Amino acid sequence: MSEATLESRDGPRVGLFVTCLVDSFRPSVGFATVKLLKDAGCRVEIPRLQTCCGQPAYNSGDRADARTIAEQVIELFEGYDYVVAPSGSCAGMLKKHYPELFAGDAAWEPRADAFSAKVHELVGFLSDVLGVTQVGARVETRATYHDACSGLRELGIKAQPRRLLESIEGLTLVELKDAEVCCGFGGTFCVKYPDISNAMVGKKAKAVAATGADLLLAGDLGCLMNMDGKLKREGVAVEVRHVAEVLAGMTDTPPIGGRL
Amino acid sequence: MQITSHTFKANGVKALADVDLQRALGHVEKGFIEKRQMAVDALPEFDALRDRAVAIKTHVLKHLDLYLETYAKAVEAAGGTVHWAEDADHARRIVLDIARRRNAKTVTKGKTMISEEIGLNAFLEENGITPIETDLGEYIIQLRGEHPSHIIAPAVHVNRDQVEADFRRVHVDLAPDRDLTEPVLLLAEARQMLRQAYGKADIGITGANFLVAETGTSVIVTNEGNGDLTQLLGKCHVVLASIEKIVPTLEDLSQILRVLARSATGQEMSVYTTLSTGPRRSDDPDGPEEYHVVLLDNGRSNMLGTEFEEMLRCIRCGACMNHCPVYHAVGGHSYGWVYPGPMGAVLTPSLIGVDKAGHLPNASTFCGRCESVCPMKIPLPKLMRHWREKEFESHLQPRAQRWGLGVWAFFATRPRLYRLATSFVVPLLSRLAGSRRRFASLPLAEGWTQWRDLPAPEGRTFMQQWAETNGGEDLV
Repeated sequence: MSEATLESRDGPRVGLFVTCLVDSFRPSVGFATVKLLKDAGCRVEIPRLQTCCGQPAYNSGDRADARTIAEQVIELFEGYDYVVAPSGSCAGMLKKHYPELFAGDAAWEPRADAFSAKVHELVGFLSDVLGVTQVGARVETRATYHDACSGLRELGIKAQPRRLLESIEGLTLVELKDAEVCCGFGGTFCVKYPDISNAMVGKKAKAVAATGADLLLAGDLGCLMNMDGKLKREGVAVEVRHVAEVLAGMTDTPPIGGRL
Repeated sequence: MQITSHTFKANGVKALADVDLQRALGHVEKGFIEKRQMAVDALPEFDALRDRAVAIKTHVLKHLDLYLETYAKAVEAAGGTVHWAEDADHARRIVLDIARRRNAKTVTKGKTMISEEIGLNAFLEENGITPIETDLGEYIIQLRGEHPSHIIAPAVHVNRDQVEADFRRVHVDLAPDRDLTEPVLLLAEARQMLRQAYGKADIGITGANFLVAETGTSVIVTNEGNGDLTQLLGKCHVVLASIEKIVPTLEDLSQILRVLARSATGQEMSVYTTLSTGPRRSDDPDGPEEYHVVLLDNGRSNMLGTEFEEMLRCIRCGACMNHCPVYHAVGGHSYGWVYPGPMGAVLTPSLIGVDKAGHLPNASTFCGRCESVCPMKIPLPKLMRHWREKEFESHLQPRAQRWGLGVWAFFATRPRLYRLATSFVVPLLSRLAGSRRRFASLPLAEGWTQWRDLPAPEGRTFMQQWAETNGGEDLV
C-alpha cells in the first residue's frame, strides 16, 4: 500500500468521471475505482461539480442540453492527463459522441477532440494504458460476465475484464451464453418500452441462471441494475456487482439490490 | 398496405404474447447469426470488402443522377423501357397500364419489397388482375393474407403446422388425405401449384437487388429459382426497383455480391444470381417479349444530401434485423410497415413520415449490434438518433417524456443545484428502501418496477461520502 502511495505522487493525473448512477446508487463502485487507479500508480482527482455525461438528453434528441452538459464536462476535465469512468456507456459518450456534438464548431471541436483522446473506460484504461495484468484481490466465487453494449462495441472492452478477473485468486469465471447481447436497459428505453425491455432482460436472466454462477459482473451500472432487478424479481439467487468492486477486492458491502 | 407503425407499442405487446411467433423468432435469433459468423470467419478480407462496398455505394449516391441516366440509356439500348415513378401511386399506375395494354389476367411475382412498398397486389386485384407470389415464403403469406415480417425470410413468423393448415384450406383440388407431415412435402406441393402458374402468367414481375449502369442490367439473387421462372416464362418482364439500387459496373456488382449473401444467410453466394438485360433477342432461345423497369423514388431523393443519405447504401440483406434484440422480441409485423428492424427504424420515418413512424427509431437500446454487422457500415443508431432529434425539434415526443427530460436537464445543467438536490433525495430514497435494499414498486417508476425490482441507492451519494472520508482531499 505504501509503495502505491509513493508511486501515485508522480503517476499520471487522472480525473475521475464518477457517473451519475454510481454517484447516486452505488458509491462503492466509485471507491473501488479510486482504489484500482491509485494501486496502479495514478493521482486521482474528483471534480465535485460533475453531474452526468448528457446521454439521456443526447439520445432523446435534445442536442442543446446535451451540448451544455458536454461543455461542463470538458471544462472540468480537459486539464487532466486522463479522464476515466467506471462505465463503458458514459466513457463512450465522452469519447465517441462529444466530438460529434461539436463537429463543425471552430471553438469547441478541437477542445472536444483533445478531450476525447484522454477519455477511457476504467478496465480498458487499467489494461491497455497502464499495462496492469493482474490485481491483488482474492475473492472466492464463481462469477460470470456480461459485455455491456457501449463498452463492447464502441470501446472494444472484451478481453480486458476477463484477463483481470482471471488474475483474482479464488475466482472462477464461467462464460455467459449470449454475453454480447443487450440486456434491454438502453437508458430511457427500459421505461419507454417496458414490455420489450422485459423480454430482453428476461432472456438475459435465464442465461445468467443457467451458468450456475454465484456472481454476475459487468462494467455498467445501468445494465447491472436492470439485470439485478429482473433476477431478484424472478427469485434467482445471484449476487450482482460492478466488475470494479471485485477487481478491487471490495466485496464486503451488500451487493446491488441487496440479497434475496 | 395498412400502416400500423404508430401503434408499435401495442403491436409489440401482442407479439410478445403470441406463443407461435415467439417460437418462430427463436430461429432468427440463432440460425442467421451463427451462419453469418461462420461465413465471415471463413473470409479474412471480409472487412476490406465491406469498405470497398461502402465506397462504391457512397460514390454512386454522390452522382446518382448521372448513373441513373446512364442506366436508363443502356436499358433502352438493349430494347427495354424505363419508367420513372415519383411515388407509389404513380408506380402502380405504370404497372397497371402495362398490364392493360397486354390484356393481362395473371401476373407471377418474384420477391420484391418495392411491390410491398407500393401495395401492388391489392391494387392489381382491385383491377381484376391476379397476382401470384412465387417465392415460397411470399406464397405462404399471400395465402394467409399477410405481409412479409422479414426482409429476406418473409414468412419467418409462420410455422410448419400453420403452413399445412393453409395449404389444406386453399389447395382444395388436391386429395384431402394427402401426407403433408414433412416440410419437404409442403415444398413439393407449393412447387406443383406454382409450376402451373408460371406457364399461364401474362406478366412476370420481379424486384432487383442491383441495377448495373454500364450495361442496363437488373440483377436478382434468389435461392429458389422462382425469380428466373417468373421473368423468363412470362411474356413480359417488369422489374420494380428503387433508384438507389444502382451500381456503376459489373465489376462493382461482383464486389458487393461478395458481402450480400454472407451477411444475409451466411452463404458465399445465393443459389441463383440472375442478370437480365432487355427483352429476348432474336438469337436467344427464350425470354420475355417485353422488358420494363419501373424506377421508384417515393421519397428517396429527399434523403440525398441529408444526414439520412447513408441509409441509401442499404442492400437489404437483413443482417441488422437478424441481430436486433428488439426484432427478436417483437418480430417484423410490429414495425407496422414494409421494412422492419433497424433498417425500418431509419427508412420508415423517411418514407412515410416521422409523425407516423416515430416509435420505430425510439424503440432501440442503441446496442449497436446492427451497425457492427451491416455490410454497408450504415451507422443505424446514429441515424435513429437523428430521427429523435427531428422529433424533439417538432415537439412530437410524448408529454411525460418531455417533462421528465426537462426536469432532469434543469438539474444536470446546474451542477451546484444538482449536488444539493441529490444530497437530499438520494439518502431519502435509500432510507425508504429499508433493509430489503430494493423497491418492488415506486411511484413514477412503474415502467421499471412493473417487470423488475429497482435496486435502492446504497446510502448517501458518492460525493457526500468522499468529501467526508477523505476530508475533501482529491475533491476539486
